[in-house]
Amino acid sequence: MTVPSDLRYSKEHEWVRLEGDTATIGITHFAQEQLGDVVFVELPEKGATIRQFSSLGVVESVKAASDIYSPISGEVLERNVKVIEKPELVNSAPYQDGWMLKVKLADKGELQKLLSADDYKAHIGETPGSGGD
Amino acid sequence: MSDMGLRHTPLYDRHVALGAKMVPFAGWEMPIQYAGIVAEHRAVRGSAGLFDLSHMGEFLFEGTGALSALDRLVSSDIAGLEVGHARYGLLTNEKGTIVDDVIVYRYSADRLAMVVNAANIEKDAAHVRRHLASGVRFDDLSDQTALIAPQGPRAATILSRIAAMNVDDLMPFGVTATKVAGVAATVARTGYTGEDGFEVFVPNADATKVWDALLEAGREDGIQPIGLGARDTLRLESRYSLYGNEIDETTDPIEAGLGWTCKLDKEFLGRDKIAAAKERGPKRRIAGLVVTGGVARHGHPVTSGGDTVGIVTSGTYGPTVEKNIALAYVPAASAKVGTALAVRIREKDVPATVVKTPFYKRSET
Repeated sequence: MTVPSDLRYSKEHEWVRLEGDTATIGITHFAQEQLGDVVFVELPEKGATIRQFSSLGVVESVKAASDIYSPISGEVLERNVKVIEKPELVNSAPYQDGWMLKVKLADKGELQKLLSADDYKAHIGETPGSGGD
Repeated sequence: MSDMGLRHTPLYDRHVALGAKMVPFAGWEMPIQYAGIVAEHRAVRGSAGLFDLSHMGEFLFEGTGALSALDRLVSSDIAGLEVGHARYGLLTNEKGTIVDDVIVYRYSADRLAMVVNAANIEKDAAHVRRHLASGVRFDDLSDQTALIAPQGPRAATILSRIAAMNVDDLMPFGVTATKVAGVAATVARTGYTGEDGFEVFVPNADATKVWDALLEAGREDGIQPIGLGARDTLRLESRYSLYGNEIDETTDPIEAGLGWTCKLDKEFLGRDKIAAAKERGPKRRIAGLVVTGGVARHGHPVTSGGDTVGIVTSGTYGPTVEKNIALAYVPAASAKVGTALAVRIREKDVPATVVKTPFYKRSET
């Protein structure tokens, strides 16, 4: 599934999975495909504060560095150490082992500013409801 | 997606059909990657890859004075180049800096060719016309010549399957006229990957035939089309200079680590300046760096104790060495292997150590 239906998305190609008030953040399948082989991931440490739509870190592919923009605001509870050690997880499993941060959500209202799976599919030019490829 | 004004090689449709991501490069729309840079890089190191280098420039020089004329234009020993051989060298100017890096091929006694970088074709042609001895015929054949390069440990086997000769009979830097896939071609055992490999020159009209035949002939070996992305990681691991990064008209061959290409006991443009630079010893040198904690890129400052001391000319993740590697100009005193430096990446000084280059060298078999 290239755009899982249970997540919220930013136009900058990040996703959020909400469990209680804990948000897990990563970048989308589409984003990793555009980047190519990811070789380095830079993430804020536990306790850092991140703000919605501000840069939270960087992914570097072989060719170039790209900012990761936070889809929500909050306090970092955990960063994915596995993805720092094995950046290729971003390519192979962007919605599972390739997640980046777990964050204590500051304001649930911010989720309204994010896209649904169907809206995100339209945003990247996929037919809504097709379930990806 | 077609950008206005960008040129297409004769293999453009092949790249699109193979799913390449196309990008602008030196005025051309070229494949940057097909399957992915890391996979392509590994295909070349492990078996074979196929490059479209038709954007590069091909110059032809003919006449009894061609050999000595080129010997004055190019830094390396062209006068001593035997028929059927090729040699790397630099086009230099009166200031002793680098106009381009080139390979010169001696086809016959009075017929030589030069391959130049795509971005420099017009500049080099003007430079050559300005300095070429009279009586030497010069033709810029870039627009009518395609260049297809099978590279990697399986390249010789694959190319021999469709060539009118066993290309393994060609020694490194050898060049010969033969037939490939039934069409007249010039084959040289040269490349820019650090692997064994070949460069096949054919007229534009024959390019797709040769390209298709090589992909077909190498299918069982897993040959893959390779884009400019992996071309860069392959050359960087092998510490080959890239014009516009390590070398340009502001750099001299000595500081660039290309003193070995300069035959200082002959006459060529800028010779005296280069000899003086060698005598003085360079203030700065290209050093190889291994960077831990980030990927260094072209233009990043090199620092020592928080002060900027140099600049990164090329940097990437090296898929074979599995490290973040870079080339950088650093003060000569800091170029010693083992020196601890840093690269400023996004306002942060990330540790970097000077290492021996090339970063990767293939094992002789």
